[in-house]
Amino acid sequence: MFKRRYKFRYVFFLVSATLFISCRGDEEEIIPPGVIPVTPGESSPVKGFFLLNEANMGSNKASIDYFDSDLGKYYQNIYPAINPNVVHELGDVGNGIKVYGGKLYAVINVSGYVEVMDVNTAKHVSTITIPSLPNLRDIVFDEGYAYVSSYNGPVHVTPDAPPGCVVKVDTATMTEVGRVTVGYQPEEMAIRGKKLYVANSGGYRAPNYDNTVSVIDLNDFTREQKRITVGINPHRMKLDSDSNIYVSSRGDARDIPSNTYIIDRNDAVSKSLDLPCNNMAAGGDSMYVCSVEWSSVTRKNTITYAIVNTKTQTVVSRNFITDGTEQQIVFPYGIAIHPENRDIYVTDARDRVNPGVLYCFDRYGKRRWSVVTGDIPAHMAFTRKALQNLDMLEPGK
Amino acid sequence: MVQANGQAVDTTRVYEIREVTVSAGRIHREAVPVQRLDGKVLERLSNHSVADALRYFSGVQLKDYGGIGGLKTVNIRSMGSQHVGVFYDGIEIGNAQNGVVDLGRFSLDNMEAVSLYNGQKNSLLQSAKDFASASSIYLTARTPRFAESKKNNTKITFKTGSFDLINPSLLWERQISKGLKSSLNMEYTKSSGEYKFRYKVNNTIDDRGGYDTTEIRKNGDIEIFRIEQALFGKLKGGEWKTRLYYYSSERGYPGAVVKNSGELKHEDRQTDRNFFFQSFLKKQISTNYSTQLTGKYAWDYIYYVPGTILSGNQYKIHDVYLSSANMISILPFWSANISVDYQWNKMDSDVDQFIYPQRHTGWAVAATSFNWPRLTVQASLLATFVHESTRRETTVQQDWARYTPTISASWQPWPQERLYLRAFYKDAFRMPAFSEIYLTHTGGSPSFLKPEHAKQFDIGVMYSRNIGKNFDINGHVDVYYNHVRDKILARPGGANFRWTMMNIGVAKIRGIDVALGVESRVGEDIKLTGRVTCTYQKAQDYTPMKVLSDTISYKGQISYIPRHSGSGLFSAGYKTWDLSYSFIYTGKRYSESSNIPENKVLEWYTHDLAVSKLFRWDKLQFKAAVEVNNLMNQAYDVVKNYPMPGTNFKFIFNFIF
Repeated sequence: MFKRRYKFRYVFFLVSATLFISCRGDEEEIIPPGVIPVTPGESSPVKGFFLLNEANMGSNKASIDYFDSDLGKYYQNIYPAINPNVVHELGDVGNGIKVYGGKLYAVINVSGYVEVMDVNTAKHVSTITIPSLPNLRDIVFDEGYAYVSSYNGPVHVTPDAPPGCVVKVDTATMTEVGRVTVGYQPEEMAIRGKKLYVANSGGYRAPNYDNTVSVIDLNDFTREQKRITVGINPHRMKLDSDSNIYVSSRGDARDIPSNTYIIDRNDAVSKSLDLPCNNMAAGGDSMYVCSVEWSSVTRKNTITYAIVNTKTQTVVSRNFITDGTEQQIVFPYGIAIHPENRDIYVTDARDRVNPGVLYCFDRYGKRRWSVVTGDIPAHMAFTRKALQNLDMLEPGK
Repeated sequence: MVQANGQAVDTTRVYEIREVTVSAGRIHREAVPVQRLDGKVLERLSNHSVADALRYFSGVQLKDYGGIGGLKTVNIRSMGSQHVGVFYDGIEIGNAQNGVVDLGRFSLDNMEAVSLYNGQKNSLLQSAKDFASASSIYLTARTPRFAESKKNNTKITFKTGSFDLINPSLLWERQISKGLKSSLNMEYTKSSGEYKFRYKVNNTIDDRGGYDTTEIRKNGDIEIFRIEQALFGKLKGGEWKTRLYYYSSERGYPGAVVKNSGELKHEDRQTDRNFFFQSFLKKQISTNYSTQLTGKYAWDYIYYVPGTILSGNQYKIHDVYLSSANMISILPFWSANISVDYQWNKMDSDVDQFIYPQRHTGWAVAATSFNWPRLTVQASLLATFVHESTRRETTVQQDWARYTPTISASWQPWPQERLYLRAFYKDAFRMPAFSEIYLTHTGGSPSFLKPEHAKQFDIGVMYSRNIGKNFDINGHVDVYYNHVRDKILARPGGANFRWTMMNIGVAKIRGIDVALGVESRVGEDIKLTGRVTCTYQKAQDYTPMKVLSDTISYKGQISYIPRHSGSGLFSAGYKTWDLSYSFIYTGKRYSESSNIPENKVLEWYTHDLAVSKLFRWDKLQFKAAVEVNNLMNQAYDVVKNYPMPGTNFKFIFNFIF
């Protein structure tokens, strides 16, 4: 009896020891894209779109989704499968995505670069990094040049945050060819004719926000031409069908509400719409606006939608979603209008830490389909060239 | 420490559950799960921090942001770090920064015992705050003990090793007079915090390969100085203790590892200064009445600067705490405890538009305890009152009043068997820590956190037995269910020093903790001990669905809670040699409630080995130890994008005289 117990003791030690010296079987793997059929295929000159999910700072989870119009399929997180050798994938935070000259550009804010991909394959081609210039925000294009806005400082709210700048990049060499200092923490930009307009938010200098739009002559990219004063904390910037520029002002989330301003073709603020706006998109003679406003009194977000008739410059509707789906949207964040069929796309960032949802509505505001995206779906770029390497996303198909 | 049967307990093993306190001539058993590390076992770990010691408890998940300067916090039974009360020498420690106590800040050198209570500690005489946390960690500082004819104990330790570590410390204990002892502890730590880490990603989709990168963790350097002076006094029928503590550190934040063009460097720096003064007095006034008075003043200072070109911000928190605890014995088996605590916090900052918040908190508790030889029943009702005010913002102002009951019982069915059945139910209410709300870049934007409510249920069984003369086993199994409303979740993000705070509407946590310990002696000189714990936890996000897309995270396993985890700790002693091997396993986790591949964090196993040898020359003792951590050089993250070091070494030299 005693002996058996002795044995048990050693067996116990031995078994435990072997159990624990076993090795980890699992290793990190490239995450295959999710492929979701969302709608019957439909042929159109617009072959689909890319959607950039922002993801949170420090998460390294910015991702690109792709929708193929002919197939009616939605491909989640396509970048790692197409570019398995790119270290740390896309990084974070995805701040803008555009198609220009056969290339797809994604501005990755905190990681501090612009990812350049082939628009036909989404394969990595090049990277735009600007020495000692972090915190890139938006990208626009004109005649072979890209213009990239930057906060020109680290991510930190401080009264001594420096003024931002816009860098001119030659898209043939992907290198800087010029730089102009603008206002504080520049956000979105727009090009009208040969002029570049930059919304200066001053977001890091809260509560002393900036309230200007910088105007730069693209023929003389050496200095700011002038400033146009709008509301505090300017952010979004979109052109309507008559080349008026719509600028959103975010307000201060306390005393000054968000607003939307119109800059006319003479660079004057022609109208203040008294309309809160956190994002907008132009389609036909309409500007589609959505807004999420935080109230520190009720501690709740107030969500509103609107359509502005850009001919009369008046709010003609307070909702462009007509089938009740707006009740399902927690935090409308991104908005886009299909250039051909005028479908309305609204992204729902939800709680901003878990995946969001993309809703597609027809031009009458009836829901066509919806799909789960990555974290904080935000920016969309339509493409007239379908991805040619879908086999990489659906191997074995 | 005396067991129920009066047998003296060897302090060389990890105690299971049954902390037994002798008070007012009676023996009192804990009805809640208690795990305790002390004596030799703690000594073997003494090269680690308190956080490292806690990893050997079941139901504990450590969060470690890597390196010597990296923040180390624990979750207990998925309740969140902020729900864990950490008591140092009987008085709760606050934290200026995240509301979570960085357990890396306390050295095991100076510690007599580390205990973890699920539910609340039920000593007969304790402050109201002891009743307030869902789980509590008690760090018991060493009380000086002197050998015959000795008036001084001196311990000098020097540690060095990987990460360019230099870590000298001194402990000097003195018997000033018969009833008065003093303890002085000083420690200096400096480390570059630099280490290599590796991210390897395989491509299983096609044959183009993945990537494999090795980088160096930078800006993780740290310099710490800590000094503590304590006095221990005896009174007729009682005792008093007082402690002065000062901690100062300067550190860099290596930040999350994300794709980086190199243009945005991690240059963030933080300076911390913490000071506190605390005293307590315990006295038995009559055979039926004992009282305890506690007081504390703490001052915390943080200066955070994001890089080299910008100016930083400073934050100061003041904390005053007073407590009176009273115990009355009504009948030999029946006693009652009435305690009242008060705390005042105030925060100042040079942040623009800062709102200068203040908080007054009052706790009052009435508790009663029935102790029969084989049955213990305890019940308590805690009232918490909070009043908050701010200088500028009126909308933040809040008043709270909450009443939270607890009931627990422990039963020994057979007098001859050391088998105990136990159960408890506890309600806990927690206000978001002061700093969770107000530590912001911009004064006008506090986080709008709701207070957290938790209901905990636990049933368990514990057993211990001596098999033969030289073989002891002990173990416990506990099954629990926690229902948490507005669970507070903190995640690193944005600026390193300020976490993103959020509430999870409803969390349901079901778990089972198992622990098994053995102890054996072979002949005269060989001593073997082993302890294995494992935990299974289903901690799900049950926030009621408001919209269809809430299915994305509904019922998902809550962020960073592994389904499976476990630890092993084995040691062998032969004469003056000591060998210990430990093992930690954490199963796969998800960084968010949406359990998708993008949020998966790989499981990890670490193996640590330590060898030490003790030398004795007359009155001088010298101990040398070598420690190898992460023996298999596993690349792992405890928190996603915060890589942990590979194999690393430490050398420890210790003089005692």
